[in-house]
Amino acid sequence: MKAGQEAVAIRAEQVSRHFSLGKTVIRAVDGVTIEVAGGEFLALLGSSGSGKSTLLNLLAGLDRPTAGAIFVDSRNLAEMSSLDLARYRSRTVGMVFQAFNLLPRMTLEENVELPLRLAEVDRGEREARVREALERVGLGKRAAHRPGEVSGGEQQRAALARALVNRPSILFADEPTGNLDSKTGTEILELLGEFNRALGMTMVMVTHEAQLAERFAHRVATLADGKLAADGAKR
Amino acid sequence: MKPSDLGELALRNLREAVLRNALTTLGVAVGVASLVAMLSLGVGLQQFTNRRLATSGLFNAIFISPLTNFGGFERRNQAPVAHPRPLDEAARKEIAALANVVEVYPQIRFLTELRYHDIPYTTAVSGLPESDRNDSAFDGMEGRFFSSPGADEAVLQIRFARQLSRDPASLLGQTLVLHYAARVPLNAQTAASDAGAAPGGKAGAAATTGAAGGFSVVPREQPLRIVGIVSSEPEAGFGGFRGGSVFIPLALAQTLEATQVSDLRQVLQGPSEGRDYASLIARVKGSGDVAAAEDQIKQMGFRTFSLFDASRNLQLLFALLDLLLGIFGSLALAVATLGIVNTLVMAILERRREIGVLKALGAADGDVKQLFFAEAGVMGAIGGVAGVAMGWFIGRMLTWGTNFYLHRRALPSVNVSAVPWWLALGAIAFAIGVSLVAGIYPAARAARLNPVEALRYE
Repeated sequence: MKAGQEAVAIRAEQVSRHFSLGKTVIRAVDGVTIEVAGGEFLALLGSSGSGKSTLLNLLAGLDRPTAGAIFVDSRNLAEMSSLDLARYRSRTVGMVFQAFNLLPRMTLEENVELPLRLAEVDRGEREARVREALERVGLGKRAAHRPGEVSGGEQQRAALARALVNRPSILFADEPTGNLDSKTGTEILELLGEFNRALGMTMVMVTHEAQLAERFAHRVATLADGKLAADGAKR
Repeated sequence: MKPSDLGELALRNLREAVLRNALTTLGVAVGVASLVAMLSLGVGLQQFTNRRLATSGLFNAIFISPLTNFGGFERRNQAPVAHPRPLDEAARKEIAALANVVEVYPQIRFLTELRYHDIPYTTAVSGLPESDRNDSAFDGMEGRFFSSPGADEAVLQIRFARQLSRDPASLLGQTLVLHYAARVPLNAQTAASDAGAAPGGKAGAAATTGAAGGFSVVPREQPLRIVGIVSSEPEAGFGGFRGGSVFIPLALAQTLEATQVSDLRQVLQGPSEGRDYASLIARVKGSGDVAAAEDQIKQMGFRTFSLFDASRNLQLLFALLDLLLGIFGSLALAVATLGIVNTLVMAILERRREIGVLKALGAADGDVKQLFFAEAGVMGAIGGVAGVAMGWFIGRMLTWGTNFYLHRRALPSVNVSAVPWWLALGAIAFAIGVSLVAGIYPAARAARLNPVEALRYE
């Protein structure tokens, strides 16, 4: 781990996210306090319904906590306006999903370009950054293909390139290997590990595969019933 | 998001569901076409009417007569006038000096006898000023207008020409003899009768004003060369005062000093310095100048009449017509608007996950809203342009059909529809505006979507 990476990148304090279903209150995340150091690769482990994806969405600024605070760069996400949260998602974080979530009618190149359009990056600069991101994930020659024309692994690589293209400081990955075979899944995690090492990017990955989490993450935190059941030591 | 990116993404999205969006846009186009076709009819008919009225000379003219206490003509609440101001040469000059008055000339019309091949015909003769040369009544006339303001020439109304000959065109170049009763002041009677004794001589030159206040009526002759035959009656609609069957130059009519009905009234009023006019016509620059000039002439102590009010009512009528046509035309556009709302709401359902992805990648609520607005606007713009083209085409077809019908009845062509630039641009802007309004609800709904729920949507 490089010097300076020990600084806290994300700090969640007593974060809760409750949903009302009629008269029943579902405590998806219930009073979780956790810190992620800059440049750290954290794996959030848990079974289905444990609240790990909900916590990831809260950390990524896609959802707001019912209670508690989430600090990123000393700013509390819970108190940000929706416009500031959109800027946070655009400039500070990148996201990778289990279902890839590429837009099927766009080519891989156009999908990767999308965050740059939203961030209002100049057209001339966009082309170079898209090419660089695609080459980094090994898709330089597949740029003109649509998602439906490439394999699942290549789609997830394209999703990774899309998450990287805006040069975020934090990458959130929600079950990035969930739709992939084990070999391809391993390749994707190796890529994530490489970005973490080479770019010093903070990584928070949700997974239910303990073996993969142990193998690639610096630290594994386990959630159960919305609570933090275990928070492993850094390796 | 930058406007160029917004437009690009909107067009891309519209291309994705090309059939549905094309049908929605076609709906907008039909709505705009209906609106444009309706309004183009209103505009076309208005332009046609205005053109005819402008060339008729009726709507920039004021008919002036002296105040009389003759029952039935004056306003009931108006007090009788003890000494009505005479409508004489001094009054004519005063009126001619008013602002925006182009010319003031007397109305000369008298019933008399005309001889053609020694056969007498009784008819009305009317003097026409030189400015009537551009009157639309002379459009398509046989022959020509008078060669000069004082020429010994006549233009015949077609009905009278048919009385003279079965082939009216053969009358051109022939000579008519006008027999009329000339007014000769008492103190100049002898001299005038001497001058009038010469066959075909003009008597008017000797008819100088008499101070005695009376005059004699002397028979005179005036040969006239037929130079034109006109189908309609120039200024016939102007209160019937100008109607006639034979038209001669006004300057010639004035020199004839023919006796008119109003001369008897002048005799009864006693001695006067000169001959009073029965009536004058003042022409102003445009119909907009009529009201002000009319007020000034009334203040001078004369009675006035103009078709200005009729013209104003006509403009009001066309405004109402345009409004009603616009409302009926807009109904189709209103239905098309519902189509836009439906299409965009469907698009939200279909693209729910995509909206979630956009938000996860950093799109603000405003970006999503603008994207849907842009899609609505693009549909409105394309529909508007196509609709204007369709509306113009429908208008041309209506004109073509109308002219086909008119030609079969040997009537001249008319342009019943017109799409001026303001109507074309206005219709496109209206279509875009209406489409944007239609996009408000879907855009707001899309912007409000929770990204986590949207991403979960299958």
